[in-house]
Amino acid sequence: MSGHVAPKTMYYAVFLALLAGTGLTVAAAFFDMGAMNNVVMLAIASIKALLVILFFMHVRWSTRLTWVVVASGFFWLLIMFGLTMTDYFSRGWVEGTWR
Amino acid sequence: MATEGNIHARPIAIQPAPAGPYVHEAHHPWLQHHFDSMTQQAEASTLGMWVFLVTEIMFFGGLFMAYLVYRHASPSGFQEASHHLNIYWGTANTAILIISSLTMALAVRSAQTSQPRGTQVLFLFLTIVLGLAFLGIKAIEYTDKFKDRIVPGPNFHWEGTHAKAAEQFYSLYFAMTGLHALHMIIGVGIMSVILVMAWWRIFDEEYYTPVEVAGLYWHFVDIVWIFLFPLLYLIGRHYHAG
Amino acid sequence: MEITTVGLNYLNNGYGLKSWLLTKDHKRIAILYLLSITGFFFLGGFFALLIRLELLTPAADMVQPDTYNKLFTMHGIVMVFFFLIPSIPATLGNFLLPIMVGAKDLAFPRINLLSWYIYVLGGAFTVVAAATGGVDTGWTFYAPYSTSASNSHVITAGLGIFITGFSSILTGLNFIVTTHRMRAPGLTWFRLPLFVWSMYATSLIMILGTPVIAITVLLVAVERGLHLGIFDPALGGDPILFQHLFWFYSHPAVYIMILPAMGVISEIVQAFTRKNIFGYAFVAFSSLAIAIVGFLVWGHHLFVAGQSTYAGLIFSILSFFVAIPSAVKVFNWTATIYKGAVSWDSPMLYAFGFIGLFTIGGLTGLFLATMGLDIHVHDTYFIIAHFHYVMVGGAIMGYLGGLHYWWPKITGRMYPEGWAKFAALTVFIGFNLTFFPQFIVGYLGMPRRYAMYAPEFQVYNVLSTAGATVLGAGYVIPMIYFIWSLKNAPLAGNDPWGARGLEWEIPSPPPTENFVVSPIVTEGTHQYAPSREVGIGH
Repeated sequence: MSGHVAPKTMYYAVFLALLAGTGLTVAAAFFDMGAMNNVVMLAIASIKALLVILFFMHVRWSTRLTWVVVASGFFWLLIMFGLTMTDYFSRGWVEGTWR
Repeated sequence: MATEGNIHARPIAIQPAPAGPYVHEAHHPWLQHHFDSMTQQAEASTLGMWVFLVTEIMFFGGLFMAYLVYRHASPSGFQEASHHLNIYWGTANTAILIISSLTMALAVRSAQTSQPRGTQVLFLFLTIVLGLAFLGIKAIEYTDKFKDRIVPGPNFHWEGTHAKAAEQFYSLYFAMTGLHALHMIIGVGIMSVILVMAWWRIFDEEYYTPVEVAGLYWHFVDIVWIFLFPLLYLIGRHYHAG
Repeated sequence: MEITTVGLNYLNNGYGLKSWLLTKDHKRIAILYLLSITGFFFLGGFFALLIRLELLTPAADMVQPDTYNKLFTMHGIVMVFFFLIPSIPATLGNFLLPIMVGAKDLAFPRINLLSWYIYVLGGAFTVVAAATGGVDTGWTFYAPYSTSASNSHVITAGLGIFITGFSSILTGLNFIVTTHRMRAPGLTWFRLPLFVWSMYATSLIMILGTPVIAITVLLVAVERGLHLGIFDPALGGDPILFQHLFWFYSHPAVYIMILPAMGVISEIVQAFTRKNIFGYAFVAFSSLAIAIVGFLVWGHHLFVAGQSTYAGLIFSILSFFVAIPSAVKVFNWTATIYKGAVSWDSPMLYAFGFIGLFTIGGLTGLFLATMGLDIHVHDTYFIIAHFHYVMVGGAIMGYLGGLHYWWPKITGRMYPEGWAKFAALTVFIGFNLTFFPQFIVGYLGMPRRYAMYAPEFQVYNVLSTAGATVLGAGYVIPMIYFIWSLKNAPLAGNDPWGARGLEWEIPSPPPTENFVVSPIVTEGTHQYAPSREVGIGH
């Protein structure tokens, strides 16, 4: 049986990128950027997660089925967040309703 | 029921399988009887782990959902509460988990490339040690929270303007990091088994599925922390009371 | 065609208790599940019987209102989590899925056995909760009632559901991997039996939804036990968040119950009309569509709970969409029956029952997806009637139909067909007599979950209780003749129905390895006639 063997240097490069991302997100947290703080924070976290998934977890070289499985996990999470937040974001839009 | 209705020939041919692509691989000692080949077995196992990780995403997802709703309800309360977390411990733990992910990935690679067992065991050992270091730091942090009486419950004590939101933040903090720590403990247990298997020289380029699958789990737990860290520790950094 | 002997098979391959309790054979695990879910079915039925007896009179005279609350709660918990959700997947699915894909076993036989033990453990928690005093929150565990009021058996029952959830997850995981990775050479997706498609769709819901209910009931237990403020408004929590998380799983869970039954009906309809299904690809994809769209509609349970009106509108519209794939199935079954060589064997009677009753249950669901109308009938017996038409009229009819259809394969023996027809008719009549009056009495305003009711509703409740008695008898009769058939009925042979599919090509009961020679599939496994359609996979 054979799987893709990635060069060691790739693992070290990804590792350094993850550490850099951590440093960046901690540094950014000390600046008050308003709502942008959340955007920056989550963007960095997502990129870090993506690096781990693609390279450490070998999805980069996996079958299309694996891509679909991984994507569906996050997609369903977004369904849950999205539809639930339609409720919380629009609470009290109609006068006299409970908030 | 009458069987005269079977006017058409049987559509399915049950034939002995030819010695074609499905049976050509020599029987490996770790091949279970219901699989045709090592490739099929390995693909089934990794797919199984990925499907399991999807359930884990949804499992943690419920907690992230609660976090989202309550942070939306009291953003400044959450920032005030978050300010009390120790960012040094949090950052240190993030770095530790990232290093452990690297050693984990290298452990898989060393099995994949039939490295000597010493190399395989070393990387697995490092991964376990780093996992335990993470848990140790988490224990220190939890102890601090108990000392500062910011553990939710009747004794919760908060000096600040958003006591109620703070209690909620710490409810979520303990639920989320607690569940994550539980996954770390299970992960350390799994890695210990894998380490013993590596010591027994089970893994080589022909058969390394257990290391690979355990690695997927370990990386997933790392990813959860990658999101927990900013959401819990970083949102309160620039918050100034009042 | 007289068959007198059976060869070595999964049933006579070892007789000791150990050979059953430590088995990794998917067929034996299916039997273990069959026995345990039957136990829970009759336990849940016992609670239902007590509920119906209490409702014979308007006053709370047989049991105290407090006891009544526990009765309907335990009825719901047992029937939903311990019977309906595992019913078809864990028994028929477990038995048939590997055979239908031409495999020797599921991908993970040990995990399959583990899932049964987890199920039993979860069941034990629930039985303990019932025996030590019961739970009275309703099967929905709504916060803050479950988190701060009620009694502490909520934790026990909640943990029971949490644990059982993992059995469901592991079954779904096993089915998905098996369908992807264990198919026989030549068995492409569009040659698969429709039952496999429905099992696959069900498994998707199991793995995507179940973890959410698991974390939710765990949070309820933690909130009760450790005073974390998650759902309790007294601690700053939002009880509606509980309902969102709960129904994110529990609405799709309805499709966990009905999709497998739809798969069974697709098989039966083809076998007893001697026709290929009308529009194979539509029926196959409608299963996936139901699984996916089913995740977008949960908010229709929250119309009167305090959810924002705008979210309600969105959920209402989305709820209507899920009717489309369901209707596709009903139309395609009907089109299959049309001009088919219909034979009126007992499985087909259940299939006819399913199609009619599911249609009523589904259409009344549209009433409930309509926001204005839902405000009128919410928490009335109209709802009770609606979901019993789907779950009992649909899921259990499908389960019984499937059990009759595959009984010869599972046991190697037939059953008395006359009695089976009689039982099917009894179930149909008893069911309608029980639940049709509840549509009326619910529309007239009788609320659910009360031991007492206004005297003018009595006539409907008497009808309902009478019907429940008939229905109960209809469930006991098959029990008796199935047990009788194990020793006394004639042997079935490979294919007593003249049906098509891999499972009918192998002996009954199947050998432990399923296939003595590995099958190679050259055409759709359910071809009843040479394919005329030019379509995918044909």
